[in-house]
Formats: sequence, C-alpha cells, structure tokens
Amino acid sequence: MHPILKLVAQRVSLGLVLLLAASALIFIGVELLPGDVAQSILGQSATETSLRNLREELGLNEPALTRYFNWLFAALQGDLGTALTNGQSISKAVGERLGNTLFLAFWAAIISVPLAIILGLIAVRYRNRWPDKLISGITLSTISLPEFVAGYLLMYLLTVQFRVFSPISTIYAGMSLGEKLSAIALPVMVLVLVVLAHMMRMTRAAILNVMQSAYIETAELKGLRPFVIIARHAFPNAVAPVVNVVMLNLAYLVVGVVVVEVVFVYPGMGQYLVDHVTKRDLPVVQACGLIFAAVYIGLNIMADVISILANPRLRHPK
Amino acid sequence: MNDELRYLLHRTAQGKHSRRAFLGRAGALGMSAAMANTLLAGAAQAQEPKKGGMIRMGMQGGESTNTLDPALAASEVPFAVNMTWGEMLTDVDADGNLDLRIAEEVSSSPDAKTWMFKIRKGVEFHNGKTVTAEDVLATMQRHSDENSQSGALGIVQGIESMKAEGDMFTVTLESPNADLPYLMGDYHLIIQPNGGKDDPAAGIGAGPYKVVVNEPGVRHGFEKHANYWDDRIGHADQTEILVINDTTARVAALQAGQVHMINRVDPKVYGLLKKAPGILVHATPGRGHYVFIMHCTAAPFDNNDLRMALKLAINRQELVDKVLGGLGSVGNDFPINSAYPLFDDTIPQREYDPEQAAFYYKKSGHDGSPIILRTASGAFPGAVEAAQLYQQTASAAGIPLEIKREPDDGYWSDVWNVQPFCASYWGGRPVQDQMYSTAYLSTAEWNDTKFSNEKFDSLLIAARAELDNAKRKAMYSEMAHILRDEGGLICPMFNDFVEGVSETIAGWRSDPNGELMNGRAHVKCWLA
Repeated sequence: MHPILKLVAQRVSLGLVLLLAASALIFIGVELLPGDVAQSILGQSATETSLRNLREELGLNEPALTRYFNWLFAALQGDLGTALTNGQSISKAVGERLGNTLFLAFWAAIISVPLAIILGLIAVRYRNRWPDKLISGITLSTISLPEFVAGYLLMYLLTVQFRVFSPISTIYAGMSLGEKLSAIALPVMVLVLVVLAHMMRMTRAAILNVMQSAYIETAELKGLRPFVIIARHAFPNAVAPVVNVVMLNLAYLVVGVVVVEVVFVYPGMGQYLVDHVTKRDLPVVQACGLIFAAVYIGLNIMADVISILANPRLRHPK
Repeated sequence: MNDELRYLLHRTAQGKHSRRAFLGRAGALGMSAAMANTLLAGAAQAQEPKKGGMIRMGMQGGESTNTLDPALAASEVPFAVNMTWGEMLTDVDADGNLDLRIAEEVSSSPDAKTWMFKIRKGVEFHNGKTVTAEDVLATMQRHSDENSQSGALGIVQGIESMKAEGDMFTVTLESPNADLPYLMGDYHLIIQPNGGKDDPAAGIGAGPYKVVVNEPGVRHGFEKHANYWDDRIGHADQTEILVINDTTARVAALQAGQVHMINRVDPKVYGLLKKAPGILVHATPGRGHYVFIMHCTAAPFDNNDLRMALKLAINRQELVDKVLGGLGSVGNDFPINSAYPLFDDTIPQREYDPEQAAFYYKKSGHDGSPIILRTASGAFPGAVEAAQLYQQTASAAGIPLEIKREPDDGYWSDVWNVQPFCASYWGGRPVQDQMYSTAYLSTAEWNDTKFSNEKFDSLLIAARAELDNAKRKAMYSEMAHILRDEGGLICPMFNDFVEGVSETIAGWRSDPNGELMNGRAHVKCWLA
C-alpha cells in the first residue's frame, strides 16, 4: 500500500474510534444533567400523573446502557429516531438545519479564508510598516469584539439607520439564491469579522518564520519581487500551520455559531441543539453532538492529510 | 378644523392618545365638549376594518421543540399559533365577558351542575368537514384521558359525564361550577376533527387561518380559511409568526418594518422605543404576577408570624419601579387583581413596614439563622435582582435572607414546588375560581405554597355553585383576606404586557387576558 494511503487510512480509523468515544461522552454528559426529559417537556405544568404517563410513553424507564446501544445501532443504520418533544423525524429536521448551517458556513468561509490569507501575505510584505499594523489592528479589534456586539452594531447601522439589509436572516425553501444571500449578509459579515484575525495572524506568523530561511535569501538575491517570494516560495512551506488554523475556524463556523444564529434568527444547528438540550430531548442532543463531533474530527483529519501532502518530508518518508 | 386638532383626532382614534387627553386639548382649542365627542365618534367609526394583506408578528417564546398539538401548548408562540388555526367552544373578550365561538348558546341547570352547549351551525374545519357535537365530545374525551398530557386535564377532570346529541353538547359535573363556560375557553381545548384522536398535531381546526408553514422555532405561516364563519375577525389574507427569541433582534425587526408587532419589549428600552418613529408601544395591565412562594408546611415557614414578617419586609413599589421599570402594579399577597371579574378593591394594600416586620419576626421566635431564598434568572425576568432588593429591605427589618442562585436548567423540576422558599411566576387565569383552584385549593396538584385552610376550601367550592354575583364577590373577598393574611404567597407585583406595534396596524385593543391581545392580535387587527 502506498504510504500516504496507509497514513490516511490510519487517520480515518482513528477518527472513527474517536467518534465512538465522543458518542459515549455525549450520552454520559446528557445523563448527568439535572431533571429528565419528561419533567422538561411538561415544565411547570408537570403533575405526577402526566409525568408517569410521559415517562412510560418515552421509554425512559429502561436502563441507560440499553438506551445507549439501541440508539447507537439505529444511528449506524442512518435512523436518528424521532424527537421526543414534538415527534418530528430527527434526520429530516437535522438535514434542513445542517443544510442551513453549512450554507452560512460556506459563504462565510469562501469570503474569510482567501481574505485572511491575502491579508496575511500583505502583512508580511509590509511587516512592521503601516499596512501591517493597520491590518493587525483592525482584525484584532474585530476578534476582540463579542459576536453579539458586532451583530447588534451591524444590525443597528445596516437595518435600522440605513435599511440595506433585513435584521432577520430566516431562510427557507422557495427563496431564490439572491434572496437567501441578501438575508444572510449580516451574519456572514459578523462571522468573517470574527474568524479573520486568527487565520490572518497565523498566516503572517508562519510565513515570517519561513522568511528567515536561507532559500528566501537566495530568492531575494535572484532579484524576485518581494510579493512573489512570499507567495511562491515562502507560503507553500508555511501551509501546514495555516491549514490547521483554517480548519479550526471552519469547524467553528459549523458548530460554534449559536450566538450569531440567535441574534439574527437564523435557523441553524446551534439553535436547534440548544432548544433540545433545554428540553432534554436526548435523541436530538445525541444526534447533534454526534454530527458536530464528526464535523470536528473530519475537518481535523483533513487538516492532517493536507499538511502531509504539502510537506515533501512527510510525503516521502524514508 | 385646525391641523393640530386633526392630528390629535387621528392619534386618539388610533389609540395613541387617551380620549380624555383629546377632549382636554380640544377644549383648550376652543371646542365644546359635545362637539369634540361627536368628532371623536366619527373618527373611530372611520376605522372600518380593511381586508387583505399580510400581518407578521415577531415573538419570543418559541422553540424548535414545539408541536401543534394543542394539549401540549405551554409557551407563547405555540399559544398564539394555536389561536390562529384553532377555536374553542368559548372565549373571553377583552372586557372579561364570555365570547361565544363554536358554541352558539350556553345554558345550565339551575344548580350549575349540568351545562348545555349548542354547537354553531355551518362551522367548517380546514379539511372541509363540518364541526359537530361529536367532534366536541371527542376533543373533551381526549383531554380528559388519564393518559393524556393535556395542560387542561385539571379542568376536564371534574366532568362526571358528557354526551353529544344532535347539535347539543352536554356536560354533567361532579360538583357545580358556575364558571364552566369560561373554563371551556381554556386554550388547550381547541376543537379538532374527531377530537384530534387521529393526529393531534395535524393543525387542522376551525379557526380563521389554515396552517401553511410549520417550522417550529423558526416560523409559522397561515392563510385565510375561506369558509370561516365570523367576518368580524381574520382581516388579513395571510399572517405569519416569526420566532425571534432575542430581544434586541425583535425590536430591530419591528423598527426595520420586517414585522408589524412584537411581544415582550424589555422595560429598559420602553422609553426609547416609544420615541421611535412609526411605532406604538402598549403596556397592558394583565393578570400575570411575579411571586416568592413559601411552603406553609415546611419549617420555618410553617409559622404564620414568620410568613407575615416576610410579607411585611418586601418593598413592593420599589420592585415595580426597578424590576418592572414602572410597567406593572403592586400586588397584595393574593393572586387576584382588578383585571379579574368580581375583584374586591376595598381590601387594604399591604405596605413595606420594617418595624412591623421586625415585630413579627421576633414574635415568630426564629433562631436568627439566614433564611434561604432560591431564585434563578429564568424564574421571572429580573428575579435575581428582585431577590437582591428583597434581601436589602428584609435586612433593614433585621431579617437575614440568604440568596441561593439556581441554574435556569431544571428550575421548574428541582426547585419550584420542591424547595420551601423560591421565586416563581404565574400567568393568571380568566376567572378567580380557576386561579384559586389551580394553586391554592389544599388538594390542588400545583398548590405550590402547600396552603391548606378548610374555610378557604369550603368557600371556594361554595362559590362555584353560587350564581348570585354579589354573594360570590363577597366569598371571593373573604378568601382573598384569608390568603393574604395566612397564605404562603408573597405577591409583590403584577406585570404589564409590553408590546410594540407598527403604526400601519389598526384595530389594536388592550386585552388583560394575555399578551398580544391574548394571542390574537394578528387575527383581530388589520393593515390600515
């Protein structure tokens, strides 16, 4: 077997083991929460009779281990079950919500990743001069601003003062792509502002590291233009750490944007998960947790693989 | 008519100015009161409902876990959603009168034990079927089933037998209840085809709008039910409820014109939003109240002197001013206020009195150890701050309160109705009997103060059978006195519903029954 294929296969199988461990952790975590799903559904209106009836109906009287394995085997067959709270199919609901989340993450990523890398390259080219300081200054201030503050500021400016966009980003089937893009403009802006600095700073730091090498000096002596040196000679050798940070941020865009979803009323996974956590809707919480874990692990495997491919020493091990 | 007067007239007709303020201004501008009154009547009549268009409401209180099954409705969005597509036998109007919906006539036997509801002719479900007495019977059966999780179980449990004959639905109660027609207007008791036994969450009812979109926690879309029987409501062609749980986003959506009405305006932004162009902010006194509850059976609260000390140690007006931003009224340690029919307004108001509180505290012989008050930010908006203010005023009376902050998560299962002293809230009920029966009858499941008083219980049961309103009022007054002086309830304040409404909306009327005109603002208002 080709060493790279072997390496990738190793990583993927490790990822699967990790995912299994994550599913167990999620289940234990949910079990440890105070109260149970029947109490959470009925809330203040819980009576002894209705609690008993509901518990029986939901099968909550079975031992935890049985419920865990029942769920795991069904999930392996693609059946995530039905939500305890409203009886809707989880696979269907999660499918829609995940689609929305990926849609938002995709557009945020497609703007922020190239922008961050280009800004990083520019910052290196003019390091310690005003463009570098300006870029760092702006991106560091936007990352320091909590997401909801940035969200409210943009909302105030662009929806209340100047009615350019709508404050509510709800999207649904039947909207044209243009309408959808206009609806998500504000959350995309906020997410770009939030993830930009991390990736930009890492690009800058990684390239600056490489810039000390002898071969860069050679390139300079050859008379290449500074930007070409950075982009063609320095950047490829700095890809590994940059890819890792990019993947971390992409994962964040998928699993960590609940605050932005709430502020802009965006029907994504985060809000869906939080709603069901507060109602102890175990199957939904577990399904979401599993999907989030899969996204995280998947993106990290991808980062590893890209780092390996980008590094000749790892590509051709002795 | 000069411009100022015309402007005022317009604003008064819209409800932005009070009638009295208008008459005062008109007088100042040299117009006789009679003439001004005539003018006003004309302007109000010109408010003929306009048909068509789309009304959007932005609401807090919806989750992706919501269902259309009316039996399970508990929070604000499902409530308003169900009021859009469903209808009960009866309803309560803004003045507290019975509003007959699917029932056309209500009559009872003289002892108020047997009640007859005549079903309105020609009312149609969204699936095309006609509403029959059998559907009504099936609905009540579903809700009274021991296995149901219906929030109305407590109401229908007292039914001994029911039957449907022709267009007549007859209920026989175990014990008399003069309020039964009101109880049939409980928002869970929406009439569904075959009682919803086939598919309780189908969203098929006989209400003014049909469900078109149902995305729980995101949005609910409706279009007019063409064969709806009552053309006094349901003016817009379409209506939509958007779930906007974030307070700031909700206000922004209203300001940007994306929604016409929002609920739960934060008292902190009330003053600012009022000044915003094109928006009216309504504060409606309701029956909901924020409370601190003591278990009358648990030490040290089993001592009435200590309970009295704690009741006297709270500064009600300060809580109304600081926690509600002045948008509410002080409570009097019983759960009833002037928004209820048969309210006795001569009951003396309990005031903050540190000296009396200290006197009762000493008399109770409490050992001086801190009294633990449990609270959570989700107990009611501002519950943590309210507890802190309470702690201060109590310590001025020499009563040591220790605040224990609990997580919102699990508060209603692990703290409320479990711990002996905690913060909570009640949403109020249409009539006094229902409020008292739900939470203060010694046998009630939600008797969250563990209050038990024979006199109180017997008065409550007797009042149900009393059809003479004057006698009934006297009974309720006596019960209020008992609860106020001996109960475990500390009721510092009744909160207003604070709502933002666009000026493009006409037909708004304050309704003490519930927020957003009792969940029907989008059904009863129209686009001006």
